Amino acid sequence: MKKLTLSLSLLAATGLLLAACSDDDTISNGPSEKAQVVANYADIVYQNYKDAYDDAVELETAINAFTAAPTAEKFAAAKTKWLDARETYGPTEAFRFANGPIDAEDGPEGLLNSWPLDEAYIDYVAGGTPTTGIINNTAEYPAITKQLLVTLNGADSEESVSVGYHAIEFLLWGQDLTAPAEDKPGLRSFEDYIDNGTTADNEARRRDYLNVCADLLTDHLDLMVQTWKPGGTYRSAFLRLNEDAALANILLGIITLSGSELPTERMSVALRNASQEDEHSCFSDNTHRDIALNLQGVINVYKGQYGNINGASLEDLITKANPTVAGTINSYVLSSTTKVSAILRPFDYAIAGGETSPEGIKVAAASSDIRSLSTQLLAGSAAIGITVNGIE
Amino acid sequence: MRHSFYVYGTMKKNVIACLLLLCAIATGCSKNEDGYVPLTAEDGEQFSGGSSTVINATQEAFGFASATLSENDKIDFGVGNSLFRQSWVSAPSSTTARDGLGPYYNAVSCSNCHFKDGRGRPPAFDGELGKGLLLRLSMSGQDATGGSLGDPIYGHQLQDNAINGPIIKGQIGITYQIITETFDDGTTVQLQKPIYHINNPGYGNLADGLLISPRIANQIVGLGLLEAVPQATILSFADENDNNGDGISGRANYVYDRESNSQKMGRFGWKANQPSVKQQVAAAFSGDMGITSYLFPTETCPPGVDCGAIPNGGSPEITDINFNSVVLYSQTLSVPVRRNYKEQNVLRGKQIFGDLNCIACHRSKMQTGNEHPISGMRNQTIRPYTDLLLHDMGPALADNAPDFLASGSEWRTPALWGMGLVNTVNGHTKLMHDGRANNVTEAILWHGGEAEQAKQNFKKLSAKDRDDLLAFLNSL
Repeated sequence: MKKLTLSLSLLAATGLLLAACSDDDTISNGPSEKAQVVANYADIVYQNYKDAYDDAVELETAINAFTAAPTAEKFAAAKTKWLDARETYGPTEAFRFANGPIDAEDGPEGLLNSWPLDEAYIDYVAGGTPTTGIINNTAEYPAITKQLLVTLNGADSEESVSVGYHAIEFLLWGQDLTAPAEDKPGLRSFEDYIDNGTTADNEARRRDYLNVCADLLTDHLDLMVQTWKPGGTYRSAFLRLNEDAALANILLGIITLSGSELPTERMSVALRNASQEDEHSCFSDNTHRDIALNLQGVINVYKGQYGNINGASLEDLITKANPTVAGTINSYVLSSTTKVSAILRPFDYAIAGGETSPEGIKVAAASSDIRSLSTQLLAGSAAIGITVNGIE
Repeated sequence: MRHSFYVYGTMKKNVIACLLLLCAIATGCSKNEDGYVPLTAEDGEQFSGGSSTVINATQEAFGFASATLSENDKIDFGVGNSLFRQSWVSAPSSTTARDGLGPYYNAVSCSNCHFKDGRGRPPAFDGELGKGLLLRLSMSGQDATGGSLGDPIYGHQLQDNAINGPIIKGQIGITYQIITETFDDGTTVQLQKPIYHINNPGYGNLADGLLISPRIANQIVGLGLLEAVPQATILSFADENDNNGDGISGRANYVYDRESNSQKMGRFGWKANQPSVKQQVAAAFSGDMGITSYLFPTETCPPGVDCGAIPNGGSPEITDINFNSVVLYSQTLSVPVRRNYKEQNVLRGKQIFGDLNCIACHRSKMQTGNEHPISGMRNQTIRPYTDLLLHDMGPALADNAPDFLASGSEWRTPALWGMGLVNTVNGHTKLMHDGRANNVTEAILWHGGEAEQAKQNFKKLSAKDRDDLLAFLNSL
């Protein structure tokens, strides 16, 4: 590139121009409204991951207590802690698809929430040989260690999932072999974890596997806590981004989650196939919560509210720029939330009759509103001058 | 390394006003010094896929649905996406929607070879499976539809894997010959010419005179758009007898279309041997995974193996509804936006691309017609950098295996859009029909036949000009 020689006066003029061209609101007192929205988002992300981490610690405690001396009560307690842990993890999915650390190339998302999983990759399955899975493969995997399970995650294919929430879910509930109408989740026996039990082999290895997974879960969530905490690596980088770039990332995350991942991947596909295989939390029958929590995560980000946090938000920016669009967004927030609540529980029962069944129609209506919410969020982005995926 | 294009792209808006102003002042000074006039991009040229362009340059860049899809098509896309990624298993299985794999296969899922809708690569060592390469097999001669004849035992394709039970047909082995190319400025490049063997054939000897053609999996963006280009447009690019004397003689392939049981123009596949995305997908399900569909309802096995006796996943193994979803998915993946398209070095590279006449085959711009069943594909200005025609690429690249009208040394011009992101998506830059080129420079050096002159002129370029050309190609 040719070097341009500028005289001193020209350099001065340039300096003036560049100063004048820099972001609009820096002349006023304090950070701009956009910067406040970005900072508030960072607070929400950190707090949400922190809460998810704390719940995962409780889950690990419950699992360790169970494996130390397995009883039916402690098994039930561990399952309860798993369900509780999902309540805080679910909304964090609104931080995905945002060019952020959770799903960066070296990010932990695949180690936390991969699904669907190939059950036979981890353990025995009904109707299969009793010796499938890492747990029963004493020859190739003599010791169940953290490093082993992490290496094996995704080794063969996208479904060769060895760790994360759903691996733990499978270990706690087992396959859901009952008809959806019975409203029963998987009914794995806790005796799968008792030495010399009659229900399965390799009970000690299964205990180890469960403990290791619980340990890894907290490890991986802690990565997000550390990088998003005040002064954390990603938080610092995020706050240094040009504010429009940061907002574009935030919006990309919630628009993608509400535009395709949640309504299509997690609802429409399962509905069209009327298939339990495609249900997000198919072992515990907790999918209805996954759906509601993902949607809530999107809404939290939009409204700048989570727990005790209530600050500058995208809603504020968009309302100022275009109150009509903001109004439409809010009406879809309300209607999608209502329609999601109306879906029959458990989710595998709601989809069992397919797209034309009365319950299936409700699932389709909910997913349609979620998609409309995404479209309106995209319109809202345009209203505040942010381009998000797709052409200008 | 993650490409931080997106952040840069949105910063540009604020800064560009300043830079333009700065340039205006600065140009005022420098114009007198050397008369440098900046090159400008064409309006909208960064939207290579028209309204089906996505602004993303990450590992996910090839995986976005066209923004033009209707709600129902979005659902179909989602279903197709799941099917594309899921692993098929052998029958019988409790997962009835996805059983029927094999008996012979190259991969257990579409995404095995087209990972993240991207490009496959040849095996890194003999016996490495499922990374995106298959071998087409043929004998000289033609069948009733004008297609090539298969090996009497092994058929039209070597699948190097099989379900439990049947003996594997054979394994792919590769040896490499080194060919050294030298640029005018003295730089040398070592090209690797692969020579393919089939090791451990499981059902007896391969036929004498068997022709083996290795093919890697191509990235899948923009296929519906290519499908939507009117036949007349493609034919307008053709000059079979080189009437204009420029050394380029592109021509169309005409191939058998199963659905209509007639001959139609081919435009997909390395030799343009498939007339539609639908048939390409069906042929891949059948040949690469052993999954039957309504278009390819029959399993094929070597003589002596009773295909009918091997459990299958129903008839057909993929339902019409699911098959159609995969087709729609394959048609409507967005093309990633051009990166750095306004940079001076990229624009200089684009100029060089034209000066070398690469553009004669890698046509930059065309309109899609008004007929495509998916409305979002219609009436778009697209920039795929292909004429979709067959060209003789010379003896070094030849597989010597005719395919309908394509001769043993002809190949269809591949679209170049997305090429610059293959490394980000798939972690490699294996190019050409069998992935023999390790990067763009090698790919250009493999050009021969009608492209020989362009290749020779490329070798005469200065290092700086070559860099600019590469910058342009990497922006696609």
